[in-house]
Amino acid sequence: MFANFDFDVIARSLRYLFFDGMTFTLILTALATAGGIVFGTMLALMRLSGFPLLAVPATGYVNLMRSVPLVLMIFWFYFLVPYIGQWLTGAERPIQVGYFTSSLVAFTLFEAAYFCEIMRAGIQSISRGQLAAAQALGMSYPQTMGYIVLPQAFRNMLPVLLTQTIILFQDTSLVYVLSITDFLGAASKVAQRDGRLVEMYLFAAVVYFVISFAASQGVRALSHRTAIIR
Amino acid sequence: MTDIQIDINEVSKWYGPFQVLNRCSTKVGKGEVVVVCGPSGSGKSTLIKCVNGLEPFTQGAITVDGISVGDPKTNLPKLRARIGMVFQHFELFPHLTVMRNLVLAQIKVLGRSSGEAHENGMRLLDRVGLRDQAEKFPGELSGGQQQRVAIARALAMDPIAMLFDEPTSALDPEMIKEVLDVMVGLARDGMTMIVVTHEMGFARQVARRVVFMDKGEIVEDAPTEEFFGSPRSERAQMFLSKILQY
Repeated sequence: MFANFDFDVIARSLRYLFFDGMTFTLILTALATAGGIVFGTMLALMRLSGFPLLAVPATGYVNLMRSVPLVLMIFWFYFLVPYIGQWLTGAERPIQVGYFTSSLVAFTLFEAAYFCEIMRAGIQSISRGQLAAAQALGMSYPQTMGYIVLPQAFRNMLPVLLTQTIILFQDTSLVYVLSITDFLGAASKVAQRDGRLVEMYLFAAVVYFVISFAASQGVRALSHRTAIIR
Repeated sequence: MTDIQIDINEVSKWYGPFQVLNRCSTKVGKGEVVVVCGPSGSGKSTLIKCVNGLEPFTQGAITVDGISVGDPKTNLPKLRARIGMVFQHFELFPHLTVMRNLVLAQIKVLGRSSGEAHENGMRLLDRVGLRDQAEKFPGELSGGQQQRVAIARALAMDPIAMLFDEPTSALDPEMIKEVLDVMVGLARDGMTMIVVTHEMGFARQVARRVVFMDKGEIVEDAPTEEFFGSPRSERAQMFLSKILQY
């Protein structure tokens, strides 16, 4: 059945696939994860602050992001970010920020909602006694969070955070809707140029599987190592 | 009477309709050791947590070294830094080594240099007999060792008074003595201490006064010999007969 297949097309386009495509995918994944965790942790602290003025908007934001399809967000930000830029800077025309920035903003804001819920669970897993001990030593709220609660929450949640990152890695392929050359985009372009759809999509699937599977095995190994002894 | 270090005056507290503290008053002088005892749920832990503001109270006033705990203008973290507290479940920070547990607040709260904080930490580890455990994590120590580290951590802040919230209740019997020994040493050195405990032997040995609580009230507040010799209230007599039975 593979007789008609031309696997040479893969070899010929490897450099394009990985150098152009995969680089974009990995950079987008890494930056969106970093941004999403920072913003998500802030949202989690807002939700847990006990001040309605902070908690209600954060809860609303998380619920909104979790009820909107990701593709819609990507589209939306691609068309919206230029206008926000115009509004912020008071420029005469919409500011063109490019595919990369708009998709990075979309993924960061979208993933922050999920990272928020993970960090919220992590923070809640730290016993009240730990908070009391930090406070009894005279630590302020930012010190208690920064030195005692968040480091423990982050470590407890590291496997879940990394698993979410693997999902994010797969989700970045959705940028194809903006015709961006991420890994899948690159594969798709080669496939259509050379008429080798099956080979290229098969290869793309294998690559996504290998990376995701290897990463999830890595997460498993890591979670045994980083567990805090109690 | 010596200088008053901690003054608890008519303190009451409600959780919704349920009253946990009912007009509690007592004074602790400088260098005095006071043991608080009573049946579980009598409000003893709640009362000592009010002293450093970990628990807010509804009515009354508490002053520590002349500073009002309940006053919204009081800088609570600053006041807490001067009051040591030891918890039933140790509450060491599990992600930090023993030494980091001891130096963190010295550096971040008191602004000490790292060298000074480490030196101080080592001196206190030595005092509680755990000098060789400095680089271990709390999870690698026994319960008794963890509680001694927790005492050293509180002492590292050079507190004017120490609060102990059932410090031996979560320990196996053979580890209770090593913790009590450290506490007896502290008392002998003239530390002001409020100790919530059921260790009546400890109370007899070092406490100047015993405060007996039941149902959120201070039922009896008497010098130690008097409390054990002839407790006036019926409830204290019943409590003593129950816990001194064996």
